[in-house]
Amino acid sequence: MSLISSKKLLPMAFFVSLLLLVLLSQSNSVLAQGEEPTDDDVNRIAKQLYCPVCESTPLDACPTEACRQWRDLIRQMLAEGKSEDEIKQYFVAQYGARVLSDPPNRLASYAVPVIAFLFGALLLFRGFRMWIKPAESEAVSSMDEAKPVQQDEYIQKMEEELNKRK
Amino acid sequence: MTELQNDAPVRKGVPLWAQIIIWALLVGLLVIVAMGLNRAQQGTVQPGHVIDNFTLPLFSGYQFEGRSEIHLDDFRGKIVVINFWASWCKPCEQEAAEMQTAWEEYGPTGEVIFIGVDYVDTEPDARVYLKKFGITYPNGPDLATHISQYFRIKGVPETYFVDRDGVLHYVQVGPFSSIDQIRNIIDPILAE
Repeated sequence: MSLISSKKLLPMAFFVSLLLLVLLSQSNSVLAQGEEPTDDDVNRIAKQLYCPVCESTPLDACPTEACRQWRDLIRQMLAEGKSEDEIKQYFVAQYGARVLSDPPNRLASYAVPVIAFLFGALLLFRGFRMWIKPAESEAVSSMDEAKPVQQDEYIQKMEEELNKRK
Repeated sequence: MTELQNDAPVRKGVPLWAQIIIWALLVGLLVIVAMGLNRAQQGTVQPGHVIDNFTLPLFSGYQFEGRSEIHLDDFRGKIVVINFWASWCKPCEQEAAEMQTAWEEYGPTGEVIFIGVDYVDTEPDARVYLKKFGITYPNGPDLATHISQYFRIKGVPETYFVDRDGVLHYVQVGPFSSIDQIRNIIDPILAE
């Protein structure tokens, strides 16, 4: 049996070190998965949800006990390694699609108010145009007719006085 | 005069088809708003209403006769007490013991069934609550809030008493203050 020479020992040490580094990096990633989710992680999902008990307040800002429980559940699910989509799907299954800040049926949710607004605006626009046009023409014709009448004595005297001073 | 009449602006109205569409949309929107307002003012389902069938999945450990979900129709011929609650609801805690005592009193007769519907709650907290108050009657989550929406509950706790024919007999909004209060509702229905 011959002793391992220093020339062979050096590459071996290098490979062992490399192997240890790989193992350490893998153990770090496992630790990262098992880490406690931060408040930011929880709130990133919570702000996309609304609790039916307090409908107008997003979950990340709601101070009620119900919402605190929901945030705890999100934290627990994140710690279990659940993804954002999985968590949101769970909440929809449990409490209905109305908990989502971004409704799933986008076309119906957004198109109906926009169409209603556009038609309302069109109606108002046409209505105003119909009111303004006759009013303007009436005002113009009445001004033309009223010109000689509006020159009363006081204005005539004023104009005469001003002409004299010139 | 004749010139003036000729110069008058010609009013071009909105085409008839456009008017019809616009008014139909406006009327439709008004109907939706009116329905929403009407629903908001309606309050809970009123006594005399025949309660439709619903399905309640049960928490494991809270099954009823080995079933993991129950249907209201399964209990026709029995008096059904449907209690809406939540673990985050402090007033629910006031009546939890009374509800369980009433279940222990009426359950063995086989004529009355108690059902706990857990409203907008998380299962871990619900389980803690059920264990804390020693509740043993069938309990489950109101998935997607379908049941609470049907009953149009205004909050928790609320308790609905359905008679043997499936007709809503009484609605208790808020917690029960004593077991006698529950007896005073169930006993007359039992006597019918």
